[in-house]
Amino acid sequence: MGKPTGFLDYARELPARRPVTERINDWFEIYQDFPAEKVRTQGARCMDCGVPFCNTGCPLNNAIPDWNDLVYRDRWREAIRALHATNNFPEFTGRLCPAPCETSCVLGINEPAVAIKAIERSIIDHAWDEGWIQPEPPRSRSSKRVAVIGSGPAGLAAAQQLNRAGHWVTVFEKADRLGGLLRYGIPDFKMEKRHIDRRVEQMRAEGVEFRTRVHVGQQVPLSALRGEFQAILLTGGAEQPRDLAVPGRERKGIHFAMEFLPQQNRRVAGEVIENQILATGKRVVIIGGGDTGADCLGTSHRQKAASVSQFEILEKPPETRAGHTPWPLWPVMLREESSHEEGGARDWAVQTTHFSGDADGRVTQLHGVRVDQKFNMLAGTEFTMDVDLVLLAMGFTGPAKSGLLESAGVELGARGNVATDESYMTSVPGVFAAGDIRRGQSLIVWAIAEGRKAAASIDEWLRKG
Amino acid sequence: MDGFPVAPSGPVGLYHPSTEHDACGLGLVANINGSKSHEIIKKGLEILVNLAHRGACGCDPETGDGAGILIQIPHKFFAKQCALPGAGGMGSGRPGEASSGFTLPEPGQYGVGMVFLPVEMQQRLLVEGILERITREEGLTVLGWRDTPINSDAIGRQARASQPYIEQIFIRGASGMTQDALERKLFVVRKRAENEMAASNIRDKSFFYIPSLSTRTIIYKGLLLAPQIPEFYGELKDPDTESALCLVHQRFSTNTFPTWQLAHPYRNICHNGEINTVRGNAAWMHARQSVLESDLFGADLKKLYPVISPGNSDTASLDNAVELLTLAGRELPHVMAMLIPEAWDADDAMPKDKKAFYEYHASLMEPWDGPAAVAFTDGRLIGATLDRNGLRPARYVITTGGQLILASETGVLPIKPEEITFKGRLQPGRMLLCDTEAGRIIPDEELKSKLAARQPYAEWLAEQQIHLDALPDPPRVYASDQSTITMRQRAFGYTEEDLKMILGPMAAAGEEPIGSMGTDTPLACLSDKPQPLFHYFKQLFAQVTNPAIDPIREELVMSLTSYIGTERNILAETAQHCHTLKLTHPILTNLDLEKLRRVSWGDFLATTLPMLFPVAGGAQGLEFALDNLCRQASLAIQSGYRLLILSDRGVDKNYAPIPSLLALAAVHNHLVREETRTQVALIIESGEPREVMHYALLIGYGASAINPYLAIETLEQFEQRGLLPPGATFETALKNYKKAVNKGLLKVFSKMGISTLQSYRGAQIFEAIGLNKGIVEKYFTGTPSRIEGVGLDVLAREAAMKHAFAFEPENGYSTELDTGGNYHFRANGELHLFNPTTVSKLQHAVRAEDGFATFQEYTKAIDEQNQQFSTLRGLMEFRMNAQPIPLSDVEPATEIVKRFATGAMSFGSISKEAHETLAIAMNRIGGRSNTGEGGEDEARYPREANGDWKRSAIKQVASGRFGVTAHYLVNAEELQIKVAQGAKPGEGGQLPGHKVDDVIARVRHSTPGVPLISPPPHHDIYSIEDLAQLIYDLKNVNPSARISVKLVAEVGVGTVAAGVAKAHADVVLISGHDGGTGASPLTSIKHAGIPWELGLAETQQVLVMNDLRSRIRVQTDGKLQTGRDVAIAALLGAEEFGFSTAPLVALGCIMMRKCHLNTCPVGIATQDPELRKKFTGQPEHVIQFFFFIAEEVRMLMAQLGFRRMEDMVGRVDRLMMRKAVEHWKARGLDFSAILFDPPVPGRVSRRCTIPQDHGLSEALDYKLISHAKGAIERGENIDIRLPIRNVHRTVGAMLSGEIARKHGSEGLAPDTIRFHFTGSAGQSFGAFLARGVTLTLDGDANDYVGKGLSGGRLIVYPPRVSTFAPEENILIGNVALYGATSGDAYFNGVAGERFAVRNSGATTVVEGVGDHGCEYMTKGLVVVLGRTGRNFAAGMTGGLAFVLDETGEFAKTTCNRQSVDLTPMSDATDEAAVRALIERHVELTQSPRGSWILENWGTMREKFLKVFPHELQRVMGIKKPAAVPIPAVTTRGREEVVRG
Repeated sequence: MGKPTGFLDYARELPARRPVTERINDWFEIYQDFPAEKVRTQGARCMDCGVPFCNTGCPLNNAIPDWNDLVYRDRWREAIRALHATNNFPEFTGRLCPAPCETSCVLGINEPAVAIKAIERSIIDHAWDEGWIQPEPPRSRSSKRVAVIGSGPAGLAAAQQLNRAGHWVTVFEKADRLGGLLRYGIPDFKMEKRHIDRRVEQMRAEGVEFRTRVHVGQQVPLSALRGEFQAILLTGGAEQPRDLAVPGRERKGIHFAMEFLPQQNRRVAGEVIENQILATGKRVVIIGGGDTGADCLGTSHRQKAASVSQFEILEKPPETRAGHTPWPLWPVMLREESSHEEGGARDWAVQTTHFSGDADGRVTQLHGVRVDQKFNMLAGTEFTMDVDLVLLAMGFTGPAKSGLLESAGVELGARGNVATDESYMTSVPGVFAAGDIRRGQSLIVWAIAEGRKAAASIDEWLRKG
Repeated sequence: MDGFPVAPSGPVGLYHPSTEHDACGLGLVANINGSKSHEIIKKGLEILVNLAHRGACGCDPETGDGAGILIQIPHKFFAKQCALPGAGGMGSGRPGEASSGFTLPEPGQYGVGMVFLPVEMQQRLLVEGILERITREEGLTVLGWRDTPINSDAIGRQARASQPYIEQIFIRGASGMTQDALERKLFVVRKRAENEMAASNIRDKSFFYIPSLSTRTIIYKGLLLAPQIPEFYGELKDPDTESALCLVHQRFSTNTFPTWQLAHPYRNICHNGEINTVRGNAAWMHARQSVLESDLFGADLKKLYPVISPGNSDTASLDNAVELLTLAGRELPHVMAMLIPEAWDADDAMPKDKKAFYEYHASLMEPWDGPAAVAFTDGRLIGATLDRNGLRPARYVITTGGQLILASETGVLPIKPEEITFKGRLQPGRMLLCDTEAGRIIPDEELKSKLAARQPYAEWLAEQQIHLDALPDPPRVYASDQSTITMRQRAFGYTEEDLKMILGPMAAAGEEPIGSMGTDTPLACLSDKPQPLFHYFKQLFAQVTNPAIDPIREELVMSLTSYIGTERNILAETAQHCHTLKLTHPILTNLDLEKLRRVSWGDFLATTLPMLFPVAGGAQGLEFALDNLCRQASLAIQSGYRLLILSDRGVDKNYAPIPSLLALAAVHNHLVREETRTQVALIIESGEPREVMHYALLIGYGASAINPYLAIETLEQFEQRGLLPPGATFETALKNYKKAVNKGLLKVFSKMGISTLQSYRGAQIFEAIGLNKGIVEKYFTGTPSRIEGVGLDVLAREAAMKHAFAFEPENGYSTELDTGGNYHFRANGELHLFNPTTVSKLQHAVRAEDGFATFQEYTKAIDEQNQQFSTLRGLMEFRMNAQPIPLSDVEPATEIVKRFATGAMSFGSISKEAHETLAIAMNRIGGRSNTGEGGEDEARYPREANGDWKRSAIKQVASGRFGVTAHYLVNAEELQIKVAQGAKPGEGGQLPGHKVDDVIARVRHSTPGVPLISPPPHHDIYSIEDLAQLIYDLKNVNPSARISVKLVAEVGVGTVAAGVAKAHADVVLISGHDGGTGASPLTSIKHAGIPWELGLAETQQVLVMNDLRSRIRVQTDGKLQTGRDVAIAALLGAEEFGFSTAPLVALGCIMMRKCHLNTCPVGIATQDPELRKKFTGQPEHVIQFFFFIAEEVRMLMAQLGFRRMEDMVGRVDRLMMRKAVEHWKARGLDFSAILFDPPVPGRVSRRCTIPQDHGLSEALDYKLISHAKGAIERGENIDIRLPIRNVHRTVGAMLSGEIARKHGSEGLAPDTIRFHFTGSAGQSFGAFLARGVTLTLDGDANDYVGKGLSGGRLIVYPPRVSTFAPEENILIGNVALYGATSGDAYFNGVAGERFAVRNSGATTVVEGVGDHGCEYMTKGLVVVLGRTGRNFAAGMTGGLAFVLDETGEFAKTTCNRQSVDLTPMSDATDEAAVRALIERHVELTQSPRGSWILENWGTMREKFLKVFPHELQRVMGIKKPAAVPIPAVTTRGREEVVRG
């Protein structure tokens, strides 16, 4: 274990972010380096609990106390080994995960939690820097082939696991680049895309085959793959955005976040974009108070919007953990994302009633009202505000029903996600599903966890077969 | 008849006869010159009567546990009696036929047998016929039978019910036969008769028993109380019955089913104590039979087998061994020295040839180890010897009239002081021998040097013994293979945790890793993960009937040395016998092993046998491989190999390792059965063993040495992976690892009270949990396993699972090794009852306004987890009532919560805030909180203004006796004697100095910053009669408190509990193995003790079967978490329920398992003021928890149809095992033994219904109190003279209790109350004596003088008329001033062993002490004016001692300087204090020695050495201690003298 009294001796400290004035002018990651000595100090704060709540707080069940200790003891190479044992892509989670581990950290009962996420990121970044991350091709190969459809975090994790287990894995991606939501949904300032490329390179070297621009279910029927592959894993994500069914929704200038954000990522990647949606010089309203909304906020700022507002229908949460979500539950509380530091107005308990606009069909005004806890509109609180661009970031309702799912013929669950049994197998034998396509929109850490678990099931199933 | 009148002959329910223990009082009297007299017998019987309080009674107060007397054959009496008409000469004795009597030949030409026979005549005649036939066949002549006149009216109801018909048989030898030859023949006759009877189908054969059959001695014994013996056996009162010597014994069996046969003496010995290693000793004796040869016995030898009769008590087994060895030619003292050797190994002061004598005999056989005072005789020699650690008392006197009197206590015979020429005590490992033929006493030194000179033992050893170092280096040694290490670690089931939490700390620190908060993972037989076979076993440990040993502070008695090689005929004595390999410890490196593999020296030759099996073959493959291994072992022996190396090197794709323990046990038992076991040594070369428990098991099942090659390679892996601490290398890691294993092994042995590896080897001191009969009978013969369980198929499957994991392609979706999760929760690891879900739900429930629903979610999660095969109770199911009763009919929760207690957690282990919150909560609801062993702040005794009460209702009395004063004891409703605790039974503890702040130091009566050690045993409980004594002591101090005894579940706990009931405890607490703790070695947390379900059920069954249940309440604890748990415990027999972990969790504990580090982040298990601020627990949380539990219990009661809890106690008929258990392991379990309902009549109570009779009415203190009334109430001075006898025990304690109640810890002004006694005081003289009381004793005293002294004053000196020099004679017994907290004491004479042990404040002067003086002392001042025994000041961390070292012996050998420095008494303050104290001593005792020292102060002062603890010096660096206080003595004229 780390230093027994570390949590008494040291305060929580996180790596500083780059100054707002600087970062708002570029698309690079907002993080600054965290010196190894500081990481060690933070690692020393871990108490190596007898019941480490972080371990179950983390959907991947990362062995957090183990690598905290190793970092504290300066055993970085052992630390990445322990981290990789449960997590294929710590560089993703170390940047993007909302860190439920930290809200369940035992130290969090009465002190600021251990800086688990920062430590995780430091370990993996250090490992890449040291050149410790090398391809790990399997020692022997089975004769089995697996198709993974979708190259988001769930698909990539599953592919790497299955490949390392010795199976031949092919990943199908409908887009031209790999990574799914990671590539197109996450702004570069939160994660630069070189991290994905580096992993994909490793996986290629390990023997995973990638086929991009293949939209299974649309260009190729799923059945066509069944002869070639003994198992198929669907990891197509939950791409169906939740819409706002109010009058005026059809007006120009109202877009889903997932129309807006990918464009910017492509732009950063040097692609030429048609039908550009840009916030530059515009009055922007983001509807939806979650992470995607925050990503829109940061992107709009970088595109130099004239103003940005973000509305949330729920009431403003308390500044600290709400009483009805005591430790170690995921706390209802106000969350301050990096984008919020960069400006913009946030408002809560706001519902949009309709849009209006000019004759060209452009949206120029948003009409809203304040609501109570049960979303009842409060009379007399109606308001109108001028807008040029409205971004809808209200979450996703599930996987797209056409295309892949139709083609696969798999049964869906009550919520419209793909139904599977405990082994992640769908109603079609040999066809499995994992990630958002199965559990609905969720965290990247869940996607990786699902991908790993599905891979284990597929491996077992293939061995038996 | 109530209960079972006769011991069940086999196991019943969870009871097994092999768990019986006994202990007792013994004595001997002899005319040293051998002259016979009737007076000797009278005196022997009188001794017995005066030792009666050391015996016990069962449920029938008139029936004792057994007593007896051995005397020389009273020829004069028999010659007269046999000649009388009516004595049954041959050819008479038939019904109705008058006999004419018969004539006895000269003494020595005939033997007399005392014979127990069936009562029914027809059966009896059959037995007599067989005995006569065998006698004839052996060439002897039966002279006749004599009905032994008996008076059945003199004995108890139960005794009568099982009384045999008792006759004497007279047998003459063939003409020309020597007496020795006849003696041997009689032995043959007896053995043959025993064997033939055992094999016969005579219905009442269980009555048959021959107490004695000898030409020299005769034994009268039975299920009697001491005073009943001469009444029952009237001829003992006949003046013609004469003897020159006698041995007497009064038995106290924890043993619940005492019998006529198990009374002592046996043929050669009687014994007070316990042979812990008896199972191994008996097995080895059995194994040796094949090589026994004797010129004296010739062909008769075979008729004597089995040497050790099966199913016997430990003493009977020892007697069997003694008998064979003496009759085969060794002198009795030689035999005793061989069987119960001194601790010679580490004794550098021992003469070389004596050491050689012991070492030679150590090569012959292992010691019979355990606490033992053994008195022995062969009819000519009589004597006694004590075990190596001196754990039993034995005092003796020699009179001017030439008599030797020895007994467990002094003062058992009234002897005029002026007639005593010497008073002594048996010292550890020493022998006292009286040769009645030579007419003199042979002192130990003369005797031993005579023995040592018998043969050139030292030369023989030099010539024959082999040492590893001397063997040539082998050409090749296995190197480590890091490329396959992960694969092999997987194949042997290594987990990440094994590396991180077991091997890592061992390699880094050389210590066993420590943990806390107990265990909450499934038993191996329920775990879904493949387990090492090792984990199906649980260590047994000593409790009550024998003490655990402190392997650190009493290291001198411990030894890891063993001698391996072929065992030879122990009836002969040649140089060849010590042709053995000497190993100083059992762990072999690869180099060591290779040397052995290639050894060729004398007949040492080694061969390697593979411990692998084809993994595809499953159970059959495994069984075949085992059979094959056994066959190969036999072949190897035939081919002349003497070292068999069982090796699992070579694991590959097809072959998996056989669990090393299974392979070893299979070969061991196979060879035992084949009678070739003693020809070879078994050495294990295995990748499997890695933690202490593994090594303990391998040794316990017969391995001579172990090469843990994979553990060693793992250490190398640590080095390569950079996981060792900075500066450490593989070499240091290996050294540390070996050290940790060896220390751990000593701890495991010592827990059981065993001192040497040689005695431990093969002793099988384990219980299996969840192995089926098939496996146990074939491979683990004799190991208790009571709930059936898995078979070879599961073991094969577990091996296959690990093997599959090892040889699966790297799949990358798991860690390299299994995560483990056994110690710390891990998401993918082992199940834990307390996990993130249950901890948080419980906390949320007790904090919410209306939390019962959440609470039920919590209990549902726990109960479901239990049912998912986590605990035994999880597999039980209720038999509900068809018609539930309304919930409102069930007694209210407010009644139920009164049955709840919180566990013993000391203030010191947990914070003041947590401790007081628990106390307030429990006092509010009428339950009981427990002080734990750390004392209690007096400020908590009065109630708070708001009605809250911070005092704990239960005051614990543990081995450290911290803060146990009279005042503490009277402020209790219950006094709990902690014999063991679930997390580390048989072990002591240590509170590190950094936790001892000012408050804790004050409460514990110690010095801030000085670490405090709790010894493994209570030094005043080495046996069951000692426990009875402590109970009596406590009851005296506080007669209104109930006394409870805390035990830990293990096989045999039921018999111990029965003993506890007979020792008059009011409550017995059966703790499960899983209980929490502040700090304990992980080995102990995981591998010692068993679940409470088993222990509780056994306790209930045994108590009910003996009709003892009605007088004792039963409590249980051990991870009780839900209402279901409580209901099951009640149905299994518990009336009360203890909780510790769950209420702590309610208070905010999140199972950090860091209690031992003082870093508890929620302020519970810490003394850090900053962390304590983080404590947020409230009494309401605890109260809420208990009411929720009670509510759940009520709901279950309604469904079960019980209105009151007392109705459900012991209703095991309402439980059943869950049907259709399909789990691959659990389906083999069978709970019928747990759910056994003893078939007793309805009047036998299943719960406590009547109070214990503590016998307080006999206490002398009532008299003292009435005399002292004015003094207590008005502070008047009194001064009174009274006589005293050894039956007056615990004098002064009740008086002190009265004073403490009235005046608190302040007591009265010094010397307010003075009592002056004359005579021999009983045990615990002046125990807990309060300030203001002075007891003066003109005479001598027994054990425990001034125990717990609480400010009073004790003065003891020999009678003024004595002629001996006081400083050379024993004055007071063992363990004086144990746990004394204040006061002063002056002893004009020598004290026994363990003087001032754990002294924490008393000031005393004594003129000599035995071994282990001032052990664990933390405060106070001790001045010794003479010699000390060995190991003085071991573990002493505080206080000062000054020892007059005239010879330099103290500085050189007897002081244990590990924790103290010796400096001259240079400081003037010191000198003044010591001198003043000696002056006071002389003034109070008129000590001649003291006067002489003062007269010669100029030279003497330089010979005083100051014993200065390191820890005290360290603390003094910070703080100057107060000057040594010299107690004031009030001098005043006698105001009143009453002769009482």
